[in-house]
Amino acid sequence: MATTTFRTCPDTGLKFFNSTENLLKANAVAAVVFLLVGGLHGLLVGMTRWQAVHLLGAEDFYMVLTAHGLNVLIFWIIFFEIAVLYFASSVLLGCRLATPKWAWAGFALMVIGAVMNNVVVLQGNASVMMTSYAPMEAPPLFYLSLILFAVGALIGCFVFFGTLVVAKNDKTYEGSVPLVTFGAITAAIIAVFTIVSGAIILIPTLLWSLGLVGEIDALAYRLIWWAFGHSSQQINVSAHVAVWYAIAAILFGAKPLSEKVSRTAFLMYILFLQIASAHHLLVDPGVSSNFKMFNTSYAMYLAVMASMVHGLTVPGSIEAAQRARGHSAGLFTWLRKAPWGNPTFSGMFISLVGFGFLGGITGVVMGAEQINLLVHNTLYVPGHFHATVVVGTTLAFMALTYWLVPVLFRREIVMKGLAKWQPYLFGLGMSGVSLFLMGAGTLGVPRRHWDIGFAATGGITHDFPAAAYTMLALNGLSVIVAVIGGAAFCVIIVGSLLFGRKLGDQKMSEQWIADPVTDEEYSANGGSAFAIPGTVVLAMVFFVSFALYYFINWKYLAETWGIS
Amino acid sequence: MSSLSPPAKKLWWKEPIHKSELLWISLVFVWGLVMTFMMPYWHVVGKQNLGTDTYKTTPKAFQAATEAFVEKYEVRKEGPRNYPVVAPPAGGDVYLIARLWDWWPIVELKKGETYRFHLSSLDWQHGFSLQPANINIQVVPNYEHVFNLTPNETGEYSVICNEYCGVGHHLMIGKIHVVD
Amino acid sequence: MSDQDQADSGEVPMMQKLLDNPFLLLFLGVASPALLYLVWGLAEIFTIPVR
Repeated sequence: MATTTFRTCPDTGLKFFNSTENLLKANAVAAVVFLLVGGLHGLLVGMTRWQAVHLLGAEDFYMVLTAHGLNVLIFWIIFFEIAVLYFASSVLLGCRLATPKWAWAGFALMVIGAVMNNVVVLQGNASVMMTSYAPMEAPPLFYLSLILFAVGALIGCFVFFGTLVVAKNDKTYEGSVPLVTFGAITAAIIAVFTIVSGAIILIPTLLWSLGLVGEIDALAYRLIWWAFGHSSQQINVSAHVAVWYAIAAILFGAKPLSEKVSRTAFLMYILFLQIASAHHLLVDPGVSSNFKMFNTSYAMYLAVMASMVHGLTVPGSIEAAQRARGHSAGLFTWLRKAPWGNPTFSGMFISLVGFGFLGGITGVVMGAEQINLLVHNTLYVPGHFHATVVVGTTLAFMALTYWLVPVLFRREIVMKGLAKWQPYLFGLGMSGVSLFLMGAGTLGVPRRHWDIGFAATGGITHDFPAAAYTMLALNGLSVIVAVIGGAAFCVIIVGSLLFGRKLGDQKMSEQWIADPVTDEEYSANGGSAFAIPGTVVLAMVFFVSFALYYFINWKYLAETWGIS
Repeated sequence: MSSLSPPAKKLWWKEPIHKSELLWISLVFVWGLVMTFMMPYWHVVGKQNLGTDTYKTTPKAFQAATEAFVEKYEVRKEGPRNYPVVAPPAGGDVYLIARLWDWWPIVELKKGETYRFHLSSLDWQHGFSLQPANINIQVVPNYEHVFNLTPNETGEYSVICNEYCGVGHHLMIGKIHVVD
Repeated sequence: MSDQDQADSGEVPMMQKLLDNPFLLLFLGVASPALLYLVWGLAEIFTIPVR
């Protein structure tokens, strides 16, 4: 190991091991490339769903929808998450990365898998959607590409765990790991379960597509595939919550209100978040109501409780830090005085609110065993997860990237005026997508469906209400706004990497990381900073919205046919 | 010391929790119990609980059962595809096939009566989406799903496929009539 | 401040030991959903009666 060298960032004081730094750069760049590819596919999907535009033909639509899902839901997100894992271990703990060669091998496998997958899908013979439900069959290379990508990601997880061991052995930190690192541990644990489940189902499916295995049981496929497909979204939740905590610390010097509470909440994720894979099986034959009720409730909603705790403690820690620093007047001065023109803050805050109000509430409500009857496989489902994964995870990752690029690449962000508006464009556009898709889904519009006008069925049609068509048109407009926002992000980041003013070893004029709020600051004014009344009010608004929406849906359910 | 650094107190587990956090944790815990209670409660008092009776079957066997059902209760042919309309007796069994890319046959039910539905696919996975009643049920090949439906309004209902099933997915539409 | 004294000395509580042990957490985080979701679900699917 001749090359154990570290660079200390002049702006943040963070120590970067050279291999870690290069891997962070490679993973982040790959992530943005696949975001761009997947986002453009999303534009085509939105423009086709808009019945008055109906851009693509049926075959192209299903192909593009398959590519859209895989690129943004899997490739963009996982590349970025690997970067988050390496950052939260090697950088935050100030140690070398375990086995950089393995990390590069993992990265190479992920790139090969992701590229191969795109090639296979865009050839047109693998329009099987991300879920590729057996016995619908894709070419063997489709499954192989996903397996290669997953193995690469699994290697990344183990490099992360190895790095935790390195830091402990080298004693680069004292006591417990930082909260952000703990959030990353949570994400990595869920990732291991996710990827192992993926292997359990995709390897036999690959063999089946090669003709080496006779049959894949369709119910078992659904059960195991969702341990992979849904848990992979739970990696996102853990990772973006960790990113929220990181941004609260970066911009405000905030410390957690309580290490005990925040870490216990992550523990509830580790134990119970993944069993919500059962959300997808609520109207399936074969599995019992007991199985459905227990698993869909994340074990008595303990993991939902965890998300609601993070939803309080992240803004709460910001409020406490702001109050300690003098913004203590009234209920919301701390929030009004926040840096709303800084995309790292606005992105993070829109992510938090959108994830909670739009994604969280709707996810839990449609995850009630019986309510799911109303919306299973309608556009309500993509509406929900565009709030969790796009407004929530993707926007949180974008927010962090604005901060990370100057630190990592030592280049200034270009087009700062556009960057200031980018989270609003993307966040509001995508919130519109989410709302209007959910609206159409409530009216019964199916997901993954090329023509809800049924023009080619030879006269057997169904008349969806006019409102459904309006929802899809409004969705189309929102898609355009969101894609402008997403493209702006890619242009700003790639532009910064290529043309941003070089920073070298010079400190920036702007302070890039807030000094941690000290105990003295917190305890000034009798320690009242921790009362966080503003956050409590926001939390109560959230709670009331949640409870109202929950019971409205039961009432709505009671109006349909009897089912038993 | 922020969230980016190790906790300031080595034994952070023993640090007291702030009141606002405790209040919120108690509230959301109780809310979790309420939501946990609602699902079994609805099984007792609610009228919308999808049965999970399931049997292993084969496409061949299920098709034979459905053909026998059609033969027994067919009342007329209907529509551009000249499909049989089948009116089973109130309280009786209904067999419905999902296949690439249609639902077979057309069923006629009486409002307020309960029917025992048997649902399966002859090929890939499909999605039974009854509109505008908004009832959505997964259809899986090689498994026969048995559950009861009780229509509460008369009218013409569409059965749309809402599980992607290949390039003809959007062509897959069937009908259920509910009469007085 | 007695709270602070308490938080700086003494035995590490069991829960903190658990939360400081990523590999034990990894085991729990894989075992829990494997049993509650995968094993339970597969057991139900594989015992579906034949018509």
